[in-house]
Amino acid sequence: MSRKLNLRERYQRMTRDLAWEPSYQSKSDIYPQMEFEGIKIEDWDKWEDPFRLTMDSYWKYQAEKERKLYSIIDAFAQNNGHMNVTDARYVNALKLFLTGVSPLEYAAHRGFAMVGRQFPGAGAQVACQMQSIDELRHVQTQIHTISHYNKYFNGFHDFRHMHDRVWYLSVPKSFFDDAMSAGPFEFITAISFSFEYVLTNLLFMPFMSGAAFNGDMATVTFGFSAQSDESRHMTLGLEVIKFMAEQHPDNIPIIQGWIDKWFWRGYRLLTLVGMMMDYMLPKKVMSWREAWEIYFEQNGGALFEDLARYGLRMPKYWEQTIEGKDHITHQAWGIFYNYTHAAAFHTWMPDNEEMDWLSAKYPDSFDQYYRPRFEHWREQAEAGNRFYNPTLPMLCQTCQIPMGFTEPGDPTTIGFRASDFEGNRYHFCSDGCKDIFDNEPQKFCQAWMPVHQIYQGNCGGATVPEVLDWYHLNFGVDNFDYEQSPDKKNWDKWKGQAAEEPEAPDEAA
Amino acid sequence: MAVKAITPDYKGEALDGVDKFHGNIMFHVNWEKHLMFCAPVAFAMPPDAPFSTLLEETLPTAYGYHPDWQKVDWSKVEWTLDHEPFDPKPDASLEDNGIVHRSLLRFTVPGAEGIAGSGS
Repeated sequence: MSRKLNLRERYQRMTRDLAWEPSYQSKSDIYPQMEFEGIKIEDWDKWEDPFRLTMDSYWKYQAEKERKLYSIIDAFAQNNGHMNVTDARYVNALKLFLTGVSPLEYAAHRGFAMVGRQFPGAGAQVACQMQSIDELRHVQTQIHTISHYNKYFNGFHDFRHMHDRVWYLSVPKSFFDDAMSAGPFEFITAISFSFEYVLTNLLFMPFMSGAAFNGDMATVTFGFSAQSDESRHMTLGLEVIKFMAEQHPDNIPIIQGWIDKWFWRGYRLLTLVGMMMDYMLPKKVMSWREAWEIYFEQNGGALFEDLARYGLRMPKYWEQTIEGKDHITHQAWGIFYNYTHAAAFHTWMPDNEEMDWLSAKYPDSFDQYYRPRFEHWREQAEAGNRFYNPTLPMLCQTCQIPMGFTEPGDPTTIGFRASDFEGNRYHFCSDGCKDIFDNEPQKFCQAWMPVHQIYQGNCGGATVPEVLDWYHLNFGVDNFDYEQSPDKKNWDKWKGQAAEEPEAPDEAA
Repeated sequence: MAVKAITPDYKGEALDGVDKFHGNIMFHVNWEKHLMFCAPVAFAMPPDAPFSTLLEETLPTAYGYHPDWQKVDWSKVEWTLDHEPFDPKPDASLEDNGIVHRSLLRFTVPGAEGIAGSGS
């Protein structure tokens, strides 16, 4: 009669005991990517999974979550849940989030499947396998949300195609492509540690709270369903760093280099999230500045104090993010306001109440540098002269964001950095982005830069409508200012009807 | 430092060499202290185009929206080319002015400080 195994024994049987020592192939042939990054692992059995989750329990928990999630998503659809959001402007934050992040969830699914295959340790293999399946689940749930909103709002219709082509979606795409084309140890440091552990709270906490504040229960639901996975992913991120650090002292400078790189890449990517928080949520949760203080300065600071015992330090250029927290979201919103005629979502200028909120949250920067610019734009728009930048922007070769970030210490001067490599010049927005290029120019000289591709004639034509057609965006529908958008017209119509009739409009099939 | 790659002597193909631009060069222009234009801009033009084309056609189209554009007097504008002081010759070509693929031109209009002096 078999006795019931305790948790530790179950974990042992269901992970480590599933592995075996190969006898007729060499380990280096089975795991060919283990050497080239320079990371030295002496004993994979030292890998500790603090969750000790086994595959059979994993299926059980996830299946339970799926049942709850889809019943809520169904209810949301049946009850026209989208009509409960605060304002249709909010949906533009969703457009950016769902078209920008959902393909990354899928990329993460692929990435973890690949690195799980490459790591020789059974504990790491199982952890990566679970995360790979989690990420597939996340992209599926997000696609269900896309599918619902796509019935009522513009810009959601072809996120997969857009991901490979649209200029601002190249920012998240290039971030993940960079990680996936690195070796397995860099990938897992980039995604599990630098992004999931250090920065993911800045993606999920304010954004999911923002969704809840703004009545978007579909997003809140997939957020909560993903959240319990995220805590497991974060733990994996920390375990990866500690494991590599403890395995060999030679690993430390390599890990530090990756932390420096991926912190900066993540910081640049999260600028888009900060912009959503400060400008795109009709009901604000907290400012980017506040979120950065809590989730990076306090929590991140404590983390790196803890990691100091391995000889790891704060990511290079973190000081610049402290000054940058007063500026980057306003500069990013300016970028999208400039180029919203080429985007799949709408922009607008804040109203007086929102301007005052920004003044209060950004006492050291907003009134001095940004309010005059925004009030001028608003006056011009009201006079029928809405500003659209008629010329393509210069891009940073690394983060691919238009070069709109200013020099540390001087918020009225654009930051410029450049490097020459094999007869070509490359431009960067910051020291962090320049360092990343200089460390791997053979990689980053291949970056697919949207503006350069347009000028090379590879994007459908030379005019905005031609390029938008190539992006699969509908000119005059998905783009331009919110005020003139079909989304706003529809929303006003539906809300007007809702005031007359008790029932919300039902167009769902 | 070379990229750490699983392939020995890995080399990447530069995607944006001048050979890819069908005879044009791509260069960048920034109007200092006018961040209403959120970022420097990029132009692709033939290297033998006269610099005056930039002054008379290209830049007015790019920047004419700004109220400070009225203050532009090209004889007083201060330029840098690739971070060096630059005194452009309007009748000479871009190339003869030393502008090459991926060059960066920055110009400052004396007395123009952007919307309400904010650098916008």
